[in-house]
Amino acid sequence: MSEPLSFELSRPGAEPPRLPAPGLSAAPSADVLPKEHLRVKPADLPRLSEAEIMRHYSRLASLNYSISEQFYPLGSCTMKYNPVANEAAAALPGFAGLHPYQDEETVQGALELQPAAGAHGEWTALRMIQAYHHSRGDKRTEVLVPDSAHGTNPASAALSGFQVVEVRSGRDGRISLSDLESKLSPRVAALMLTNPNTLGLFEREILDVAEMVHATGAMLYYDGANLNAFMGVCRPGDMGFDAVHMNLHKTFTTPHGGGGPGAGPVGVKAELVPFLPHPTVEKADGHFKLDFRRPKSIGRVRSFYGNFGMLVRAYTYVLAMGGDGLTQASKDAVLSANYLRKQVDGVLEIPHHGPCMHEFVATAHNLASQGVRALDVAKGLLDRDFYAPTIYFPLVVPEAIMVEPTETESKATLDAFAEALKEIVQEAKTNPAALHEAPRNTPVGRLDEVGTARRITAYLTGQSEEPVLRWKRAGK
Amino acid sequence: MLAAIGVESMDDLLVDIPSSLRIHELKLPDGLSELDTMAEINALAGKNRVFADRLTFRGGGVYRRFIPTAVAAVTGKPEFYSAYTPYQPEASQGTLQAIFEFQTLIAELTGLDVANASLYDGATAVAEASMMARVHTGRDEVLVAGYLHPEYLEVLRAFGEGRGMKVRRGEEPSAKTAALVFQQPDFLGLLVDARGLTEKAHAAGALAIACVDPISLAILAPPGEYGADIAVGEGQQLGLAPSYGGPHVGFIACRKELVRRLPGRLIGSSFDSAGRRGFVLTLTAREQHIRREKATSNICTNHSLCALAASVYMTYMGEAGLRQVAETSFQRAHALAERLAKLPGWELAFPERQFLNEFPVIVPKPGPVLRKLARKGILGGLEVGRWFRELRGVVTFTCTEVNDPAAINQLLEVLTS
Repeated sequence: MSEPLSFELSRPGAEPPRLPAPGLSAAPSADVLPKEHLRVKPADLPRLSEAEIMRHYSRLASLNYSISEQFYPLGSCTMKYNPVANEAAAALPGFAGLHPYQDEETVQGALELQPAAGAHGEWTALRMIQAYHHSRGDKRTEVLVPDSAHGTNPASAALSGFQVVEVRSGRDGRISLSDLESKLSPRVAALMLTNPNTLGLFEREILDVAEMVHATGAMLYYDGANLNAFMGVCRPGDMGFDAVHMNLHKTFTTPHGGGGPGAGPVGVKAELVPFLPHPTVEKADGHFKLDFRRPKSIGRVRSFYGNFGMLVRAYTYVLAMGGDGLTQASKDAVLSANYLRKQVDGVLEIPHHGPCMHEFVATAHNLASQGVRALDVAKGLLDRDFYAPTIYFPLVVPEAIMVEPTETESKATLDAFAEALKEIVQEAKTNPAALHEAPRNTPVGRLDEVGTARRITAYLTGQSEEPVLRWKRAGK
Repeated sequence: MLAAIGVESMDDLLVDIPSSLRIHELKLPDGLSELDTMAEINALAGKNRVFADRLTFRGGGVYRRFIPTAVAAVTGKPEFYSAYTPYQPEASQGTLQAIFEFQTLIAELTGLDVANASLYDGATAVAEASMMARVHTGRDEVLVAGYLHPEYLEVLRAFGEGRGMKVRRGEEPSAKTAALVFQQPDFLGLLVDARGLTEKAHAAGALAIACVDPISLAILAPPGEYGADIAVGEGQQLGLAPSYGGPHVGFIACRKELVRRLPGRLIGSSFDSAGRRGFVLTLTAREQHIRREKATSNICTNHSLCALAASVYMTYMGEAGLRQVAETSFQRAHALAERLAKLPGWELAFPERQFLNEFPVIVPKPGPVLRKLARKGILGGLEVGRWFRELRGVVTFTCTEVNDPAAINQLLEVLTS
């Protein structure tokens, strides 16, 4: 099953859409504008009827696995059901139709949502921590990041101008306090941590970690990727975190959209408030105002007020769930993960003992003798109509398979998934060659990613005319 | 399930959480039925005032455009919106191919070799492009010519700090300049000498970064035709609602020599062992999840669903449709400009400069004028003196295919009454 590109389906005879004519007397642009401003060669865009376009995208949609059709246990991504009411809420004209430069009196309902923080939360929060230290005449240059952290942590730290220092995990999968102690110094601005960590384990010694970090004058940063584990059970602020970002597309069910748009609002403790990016929303006499006059602010991190439409969706979810519903969601997520972990234990090796939180990490390490890797297990799952877990992450576990079932899934789905894993492990032992050829039931088989990179290099070095990263008309 | 796990209660699964940290409930109201949720959400939306598309003459980076129904019909497909970043390409061909088409559409429109899978918005696209130039040239100054969108400039400044970029306004590049950034048409809607600025940048060994309006490229010379190295822009006009400023979509395209410096996701074509074509995430060695602290961008996701909307929009329009949208906007804006300039005390702020569908006007007492329009249900132009002191009293008006002749008459009637 495959679908040609829209460019390949293009028909020169297709009528352009009917659009309004100017209807006012004015000269055409070609008569008004000097020639050097005008486009010479028209863009080569496809020409298709609306019917052909709709069919094209319907076919493309059918090539995707998604939460709407499959179990999508992608660890660290919290792939839970996206309530359709969220979409209806964001599409209301009272939200979707607002211009960002309308006067404040006309957008009071929007400002009530406090659309201040915007995306790229990690980097924003680190810049605030940096500004906080600078304001105290304290030039701290390092940020500590555990070896199990998300790749965005060290990248965000480096792009804020910090040197990244890695802290090792101990044998129990938690941050090593002795390694942390050896790396803490007056040079350290912050420790970035997610709790539960990427192994799905709660950092039991978080209060000690916070005390050690704060004792050196550094701050504790919370990567909110794993917030779905404990809503209504405990809170990052009580653990000692000074700044947090939340991924609305994870815990708060805004759609992942095939890779965005997300939203990463940031929450901070009082010491960091003066450094928040502007504008912030302030309330005075029952009236909401945008505040741009914040002398210590790190400045603006996004145009307008961030991904407002995503905040509407998340707010709709929180309203519908309520405090009771959110607490139940987290408990169900932890229950699902532990149940599935138990079913998988013994089929695959699970390197860390004790209960997990909302996700767990297994390893395909024990299949190495059959020449089967985590990647093969993932592809075997695709053939059985499951999306694959996150693989090869976190880096601290070899051949990692990171499973996050979320509260969305029923026991029957979890059982079926465990059953599929058993089948795959059996196949690995009896017929590993078949697994190397998986997937076979998907629109395409395993794709030659190395070949793609090589063809791109050939294009970039002038040895080939084929751009690889885009379609190009033959002979052009 | 608890029994299968071998524990007695939920609390047994939460033993790793210190008891001093446990809370008993969230201080939030209990959950609501869908009926009650939507009633509350509707009430909140009702506190906002929505101006009709046809009576909106305010732009400044976000514009009312006709959005074909096909756009929401496609982006509303849960196979698209409830999938994630295509880590497993065999099970994500729909998303991957749609983005590959987006990359091609943007490359065609900008006249450049390669585009990426999208960025957050126009502002961060300018900042990411400047970072590319900084790394490519090894120089640290970024020069911003003329009237770049003031919020883009603010974001560029905030990005630059910590990444070793020195951002300055000006248009005389030197041996220290990594890039000369300009917007075409600029924040006020006026055309700049894109070709001249590009040549100046190149003469100093700097890169030329053009921030462009995608719809304008149906008429205006694209960055590829005047030799700019990187084109960036905001794609909201390509089928996305204003939505109080987001989510929208940024785009970035460049010459092939710069491809390895592109931030964010890139999709390439590939083949399986049976020779069937498919699409994959490629050149991932540039990205944060591989390079970690050595990456030059921390971007993880793109704005895939917004890029999908833009693709459907561009495919629906085709070259002819896009040109007609641009041309109708152009002619209506010029007709409006001529009529506004005849009002007593009103005049074009830069009568010698060319524009497309947004233009600056000197308006006597703009505050009361705009409030009067609002009382009549019209969202008038944007006061740009809020950002630029020298432009006090200047208001930019915008006009697109949604502002029909009757709406323009209505605007004029209120202004002359």
